[in-house]
Amino acid sequence: MGLLRLSWKNLTSKPLSMLLSLVLFALGVGLISLLMLINNQMQDKFDKNLAGIDLVVGSKGSPLQLILSSMYHVDVPTGNIKIKECKAFFNPKHPFIEKAIPLSMGDSYKSYRIIGTNPDLIDIYEGKIESGKIWEKDFEVTIGANIAKDLNLNIGDEFNSSHGFVMDDNLVHDDIEKFKVVGILKPTGSVLDQLILTSTPTYWKSHGSHDHGDHDGHDHGDHDGHNHEDHDHNHDHAHHDGHDHDAHAHDHSGEHADDHAHKHDEPATTATTGQSLTDFPEQEITTLLLFFKHRNFQTLNMQRNINENTEMQAATPAIEINRLYSMMDGGMVLLQRMAYLIVFVSGLSIFIALYNSLRDRKYELAQIRVMGGSKSTLFSLIILEGLLLAVLGFIIGILLSHVGMSLFAGYLKDSYQYTFDGWKFLPEEGLLLIGALVIGFVSAIIPAIQASKTDISTTLTNY
Amino acid sequence: MLKTYNLNYAYDAANSFSFPDIQCGEGEKWLVLGQSGCGKTTLLHLLGGLLKPKQGDVIVGKTTINKLSNAELDKFRGKHIGIIFQRPHFIRALTVGENLQLAQKLAGIPQNKTRIETLLNRLNIGNKINSKPHNLSQGEQQRVSIARALVNGPDLILADEPTSALDDKNTHEVIKLLENQAEEENATLVIVTHDSRLKEYFKKQILL
Repeated sequence: MGLLRLSWKNLTSKPLSMLLSLVLFALGVGLISLLMLINNQMQDKFDKNLAGIDLVVGSKGSPLQLILSSMYHVDVPTGNIKIKECKAFFNPKHPFIEKAIPLSMGDSYKSYRIIGTNPDLIDIYEGKIESGKIWEKDFEVTIGANIAKDLNLNIGDEFNSSHGFVMDDNLVHDDIEKFKVVGILKPTGSVLDQLILTSTPTYWKSHGSHDHGDHDGHDHGDHDGHNHEDHDHNHDHAHHDGHDHDAHAHDHSGEHADDHAHKHDEPATTATTGQSLTDFPEQEITTLLLFFKHRNFQTLNMQRNINENTEMQAATPAIEINRLYSMMDGGMVLLQRMAYLIVFVSGLSIFIALYNSLRDRKYELAQIRVMGGSKSTLFSLIILEGLLLAVLGFIIGILLSHVGMSLFAGYLKDSYQYTFDGWKFLPEEGLLLIGALVIGFVSAIIPAIQASKTDISTTLTNY
Repeated sequence: MLKTYNLNYAYDAANSFSFPDIQCGEGEKWLVLGQSGCGKTTLLHLLGGLLKPKQGDVIVGKTTINKLSNAELDKFRGKHIGIIFQRPHFIRALTVGENLQLAQKLAGIPQNKTRIETLLNRLNIGNKINSKPHNLSQGEQQRVSIARALVNGPDLILADEPTSALDDKNTHEVIKLLENQAEEENATLVIVTHDSRLKEYFKKQILL
């Protein structure tokens, strides 16, 4: 019957009197821990997915939206851009640009996004093939680790894509070729895990050839006289039905003199996987991820140039993400302060509960002295009760926060296919335990001093 | 075994008590008789080390207990002195058995469940070991408090008005119980009371 057991029994024999303190403490700790978990895992995801991307180029709109949609795959894209507008970035001799990765998006399969791109995208997230291979032909796809697991897809499986990012049976493209899984990637912990990757030309085909029947690319029937001054037409993000593309693709005009690959008159309406995208200036992609050779004032100027002088916009991921952080920070800080307030109130409530219990227990305390307990025994007894409450509140709070995080992770998974881990523990939670112990100790210290001052003789005389 | 010299205690200038010297031998049974307000309880607290005298010494065995430090005194009391109060107090959260275990623990004596069971059986409350004390009758509670006073095999047992609330029959029983148990433990017994019914039980008496 040590002191620890005694204080435990004291607490559990009157559970109601400590319930409020415990619930408050657990709520406070839970909220703080939940905020830490969200913050940490969010930042982790954001950082992992930065992947060294220096600039994102896409159609005009919100720069944050551009970043979120093309790097984190959480928002809808701002629109599409034509290859001819961004052709210069693909030039391997570009003085500043080391690499440009095109992204086409707008379709999904069971709410996992399908991205038309090139294999460089896998490299920037340090993805490796787990089984199969990277796509080589049209309509071949290589899928991220999470998709393979969640949808139980294997090499050789086929599926129809669907329009938009949410699952909707009415929007399934059942009139085009099926996508065929040819490769599965190893888990990377990045956004790559939840993407279905294919070639850009496949994207064009899945959007541009609904009524072609064949893919010979010579269907000029719907040439409706568009010319190339139509940049201001509405880029209805990524959802062109494709007729326009085909109509434009062979409509060369003088401004394409630099289009070296396209001097011939033979119109190429449909690219095939592996062909250079710059051969198809009228086709569209959604965004372009740029990697610089060096960051300097010229690259800064380039961003300004794009924003001021073209129909496109360029956004720097780090800046936009910092902007996002600072927007979230306001809310986070407010929640955090509330959590600290709750913890403070719970500390106060532990103090009051312990203090009040002294009056009921003065004979017990005196009796402990009679039985050989010293003043420090009584002091320790009350402190232990405060600490036990704090530890108990801490454990319940941590459980609450991790259960909450699991629920939140489930929600994020449903809406964005992002995987958060509810049961990942942080070293900061150890600090939280220390903080909890300090609060338990401080709340108990005045009652403990009071208890240690119990005058045995007077107490036992005045009954 | 128990000796006091020049014992004096003062709550304040108007309330000071001087006590006659006491000398009790080992295993002896003494009665301290006095009217209310004459300092009986004060004396008991002085003997039990719950109060420190303003003057004089209390010697239990070979130890002058008023010379001990506070913590030493607490340990000494737990180990060597068993005190029975008029109204017993227990730790409500603990069972009878656990209350007795706590007494062993606080005195720094190894936990001994057999000792506790034997003692409770001797006092005819062996079946109450797992009950909460406040669920027992008053008589049973009184026995538990006797068991608790005895559990560490004390040299000195002090009892404060153990019979004041009891009728003659029960008074007889409790006194016999105390006498028998003190004899079993070979402990010195000092009963402090104003209950003159007890005079017939004890030859050795001190009048305050």
